[in-house]
Amino acid sequence: MAESTLALRARGVRMEYRDRSTRERLVAIERMDLDIPHGEFVAIVGPSGCGKSTFLKIVDGLLPATDGEIETGGLGKGPDHAMVFQDSSLFPWYTVMGNVSYGLVCQGVRAKEAHERAMPLIRLVGLEGFEGKYPYQLSGGMQQRANLARALTVDPELLLMDEPFAALDAQTREIMQVELLRIWSQAQKTVIFVTHQIDEAIFLSDRVVVMSARPGRILADISIDLGRPRALDLKRTAAFTAYEDQVWKLIENQLTPVGQGSAQG
Amino acid sequence: MTAASQAMRPVRNPRDRQHHSPLVRWYRRNERLILGLVGIAGFLGFWEFGARAGLVDTFFFSQPTAIAAAAVNEVQLPRFWGDVQASVFEFLVGFLLAIVTAVPLGIIFGWYRRLSYMANPWLNLFNSLPRIALLPLLVLWVGLGVESKIAVVFLGAFFSIIIPTVQGVRTVDRRFLDVAQSFGASQGRLFRSVVAPATVPFIATGLRLGLGRALIGVVVGELYAQTTGLGVIIIKASNNIQPDRMFFAIFIFTFAGVVGVQALRRVEHYFDRWRPSLEEQP
Repeated sequence: MAESTLALRARGVRMEYRDRSTRERLVAIERMDLDIPHGEFVAIVGPSGCGKSTFLKIVDGLLPATDGEIETGGLGKGPDHAMVFQDSSLFPWYTVMGNVSYGLVCQGVRAKEAHERAMPLIRLVGLEGFEGKYPYQLSGGMQQRANLARALTVDPELLLMDEPFAALDAQTREIMQVELLRIWSQAQKTVIFVTHQIDEAIFLSDRVVVMSARPGRILADISIDLGRPRALDLKRTAAFTAYEDQVWKLIENQLTPVGQGSAQG
Repeated sequence: MTAASQAMRPVRNPRDRQHHSPLVRWYRRNERLILGLVGIAGFLGFWEFGARAGLVDTFFFSQPTAIAAAAVNEVQLPRFWGDVQASVFEFLVGFLLAIVTAVPLGIIFGWYRRLSYMANPWLNLFNSLPRIALLPLLVLWVGLGVESKIAVVFLGAFFSIIIPTVQGVRTVDRRFLDVAQSFGASQGRLFRSVVAPATVPFIATGLRLGLGRALIGVVVGELYAQTTGLGVIIIKASNNIQPDRMFFAIFIFTFAGVVGVQALRRVEHYFDRWRPSLEEQP
């Protein structure tokens, strides 16, 4: 009964791999237990190499994990999950329309119907009028709007977002954060948002999961009680910066200053 | 105020004058083409002038007007058109056969790693081998007729096409494969939506290389097995010391190469229209 309200249930997810040059076994993810209820926006932050993107790929089924169990539960008839990839993952040889309707076409939907069903999402992300453009003709922000629409078109229960704004300039990134919240509130999805940007994680999320440096595990799971809807000036409030300090202190302890040497390596 | 404006310097490009006569503007638009033609005409002019002034020995080197005259003479002979037909046929059949076999095989070898491990020694061996050297063997097998030339054209083009094609499939960006897999693309769709478009530039390179090799195959095949074709014109003209006729036949091969490359570029451009062209790049 309790399980049906969860969009994601991860138990003991462990990821090991063998370093190709040193033949050494490395543990990327030590152990991940994570429950995400339907409709929640959860960010995963952590130092680079902590396995947060790896975790997303495991959830998406792109990578087989070494151990553990994952359950994703859909409510509707769409797939359980869809991935919004990092920058420049749009197919450069397809137009915006071709890219956004791709997931539907993969499901066997005819091109014409797929295009009709993709159109509302193109409108939702603010790309109306750009359906016939190729990715190289779009700015970085617009490319990521299309990337988001591509995942939304298959109507997944869970959106997996892998540092989608990492390559954008600071101003565009902030605009996209606000846009994402607007789209999220309309699309009613569960989101796992992986980022290394602390303010981005807090601004967007209901919960921020902080991961340790490799081997990755969950250090803290912080509820963000900042109310909604949120506007950018929230970032300058005392409550917001208090969260930032809290998360930063957790991550700071994980970072190894250059030259000091540490067993964490 | 005036002191300040005196200290300022104009930053507009002084060469960028707004008012030009239509003739100058027309020239600027077509400068590349015009200067290219000037280069060609200049060289031919020197050659003709040198020949007339006795500086160039026309017995060996002929001269542009004589080559033109030989061309006019040649195209009126029915035998000439028979030769053209033979060469075109050998080229087209050999090259097209190479395309329709090398592209699919290249994609398959590139995709199935183990298959490519088995094929690689042969691909490398044949690629290093000057395929022209096989010509006498081919003639031994299939005779002096059109088949031996088609075979050498095919062998010339096939390996030039398949090797970049394999390379192209091998280097498809992992990210795009992940996207396709993430959205549940079938194996067939993965091929059509990711592997094929990502490999187009490599195939195009292979086709351009292959085109050159195919033309070499036609020429050498005809020079060796002297039955019909434009290569035979070259040999016969050489035996009769007719450099003007030789130049004409050579010119036809050159022209075929240029036209072929341009045609391939058109095709490539069609498949590659999603790629920013140089002018469009920011």
